[in-house]
Amino acid sequence: MNTFYYEFRESVRIAFAQITAHKMRSVLTALGVIIGIVAVTLMGMAITGMDTSFESSLAMLGDDVIYVQKWPWGPVVDWWNYTNRPPLQPIVATELNKLIEAAPSTLLDVAVPVRVRSGTVKRGDNSVGGVYMAGTSGDYGRIITADFREGRLFTETEAESACAVCVLGCDVADALFTNVPAVGQTIQVRGYPFQVIGVLARQGSFLGLFSFDTQMILPIKAFEKDFGGKNIGAEIRVKVKDKKRLEEAKEELIGLMRRVRGQLPGESDNFSINGEEAFKEQLDPVKKGIAIAGLFVTGLALFVGAIGIMNITFVSVKERTKEIGTRKALGAKRRTILLQFLIESISVSVIGGIVGIILSSSLCLLIGHIFPKLPISFSPVLVVVSLLVSAGTGIVAGFAPAWGASRLDPVVALRYE
Amino acid sequence: MSTLRTTRPIGPLVIDIDGVVKLYQMGTETIHALRGISLKIHRNEYLAIMGPSGSGKSTLMNMLGCLDTPTAGRYEFNGKNVAAMVDDELADIRNREIGFVFQTFNLLPRSDALRNVELPLIYAGIPSDQRRERAQQVLEEVGLGNRMHHKPNELSGGQRQRVAIARALVNKPSIILADEPTGNLDSQTGIEIMALFEELYKLGNTIIVVTHEEDIARHARRVVRLRDGLIESDGSVS
Ligand SMILES: Nc1ncnc2c1ncn2[C@@H]1O[C@H](COP(=O)(O)OP(=O)(O)OP(=O)(O)O)[C@@H](O)[C@H]1O
Ligand SMILES: [Mg+2]
Repeated sequence: MNTFYYEFRESVRIAFAQITAHKMRSVLTALGVIIGIVAVTLMGMAITGMDTSFESSLAMLGDDVIYVQKWPWGPVVDWWNYTNRPPLQPIVATELNKLIEAAPSTLLDVAVPVRVRSGTVKRGDNSVGGVYMAGTSGDYGRIITADFREGRLFTETEAESACAVCVLGCDVADALFTNVPAVGQTIQVRGYPFQVIGVLARQGSFLGLFSFDTQMILPIKAFEKDFGGKNIGAEIRVKVKDKKRLEEAKEELIGLMRRVRGQLPGESDNFSINGEEAFKEQLDPVKKGIAIAGLFVTGLALFVGAIGIMNITFVSVKERTKEIGTRKALGAKRRTILLQFLIESISVSVIGGIVGIILSSSLCLLIGHIFPKLPISFSPVLVVVSLLVSAGTGIVAGFAPAWGASRLDPVVALRYE
Repeated sequence: MSTLRTTRPIGPLVIDIDGVVKLYQMGTETIHALRGISLKIHRNEYLAIMGPSGSGKSTLMNMLGCLDTPTAGRYEFNGKNVAAMVDDELADIRNREIGFVFQTFNLLPRSDALRNVELPLIYAGIPSDQRRERAQQVLEEVGLGNRMHHKPNELSGGQRQRVAIARALVNKPSIILADEPTGNLDSQTGIEIMALFEELYKLGNTIIVVTHEEDIARHARRVVRLRDGLIESDGSVS
């Protein structure tokens, strides 16, 4: 056991002497591993980042809210089965709420109609385009996930009387009101004035695609009065009482919807029930695909690095054949020689790995500095994984040449010129 | 004076080979490097192996040094049957019982004299402080006490060979095998190296030197002459 330890120490010493003696060649060899490890860590960062942004985005949709819509979320092939469905009108929400109130042990809390369009919000010379406008009822406050930064939501009465009031997402409010508080001010949409009564706290964006902070919430009656679009239909958002029983709640909602719609048994639903897990189903294969493609690419980069190490170890064994013969003559066993060359290949590889980790963590810091919104982070797990992967690469790449070296006939090795 | 030298040293038997044959296969051709060599070497002998080029001196040396095993024949080293040993067992024998001195010195280029001399002790599993102490001691014995931290390329040829001899001695081996130890040295340095061997012999070491120079062989007490893989003569130096 002691012998092994002494041999190990001597091998490490020789490995480093060897690496420093051939600096250029070691750097070039390590470069392959560096690229591989940077690829591995960046991929790991991207995947975990994607996961966290996905999870937080789903939370924004509300994990206790079910969406009743004409179309399902996700791709539709048989579009002809959906296009003739009757549009959902706000009255459906009213009907649903009546049924929910009448049901004693219901799992549903409240249904809220929402009409949606996109538009430009103006104040004097300032304007913000692409604002997501949601016309809804006074019950909206019960399903909303965001907090109010200032002000409040419109009341039931204000909603019913089509009051020209609105709540702004924080980005819209900040763009229009730089110095004055937004609440109490008036903004304009398509020439219609609305009084700002509240501003939502920052929520962030959904998968980086859709920002929740560029929205405007207004009474649905006001929406209909000023923007029309009654025949387009709305969506109904239904909050459940217990999100752990979401599936049961959905079943109940389907039943209630069919009653509202007066559908006959056997007839298929003429509405779609959507929830966040539809996104999960949609995105899981995407995530898996990205992970597999990522693994493949990083695997390829590491493979190239491994070939470089294997090559250089073969060269090293060849160059030092006489040394191997001498060591054997002095009593080095097979495993001693095997260990020596394995340690050399592992050293190059792990040094490459460490440089790779340093590179990609600084890259991560840099990206985080330039794009603070990107949810990337460099985890200690990635460091451990990278070190293991680079050590493994060194072992795999160095094994064949080291094995060959350990098997050399000492007489032949000593004769080698 | 010469009559004194004819008396054989009487020590325990170290090497006992009998009818050793070594064949090399070169394609379809079989080369008979050794055709049946029998030899007994006792402790504290000083023996020279001579012969023309290609006569099998190095082959015999590799055999005696347990670097190679015979194609046929018997080889006992300190009573142990070497012919039947596997690689790692042979490595062990080489490490503990045999000290090699090569014509080309064969020092590790990136290690200083001390580390080169320590190497066999590492393979023997000796702790580092004992290693250091022993290596320093042997380097001083060969007259390199002031060159311990020199790398091989910072030493003269004679000094390199002294480091190699120190390395051969460091494990207190049963025999020291030197294949043309002065072959790469000028004659003056060669004489100095041979003087060192003489000293080591007088200290009780067993030394086997391969050479084709009569001047060198004259230092030995016994000369074995090979020709075409056979022993042509074996006798005391007259
Ligand atoms: N590995 C080998 N493969 C084939 N033939 C070999 C091998 N080693 C030695 N021989 C042959 O065996 C014979 C003896 O070789 P050896 O090296 O022992 O000679 P030597 O007496 O040491 O010669 P020199 O004085 O030139 O060193 C030679 O004919 C050589 O060609
Ligand atoms: Mg020879």
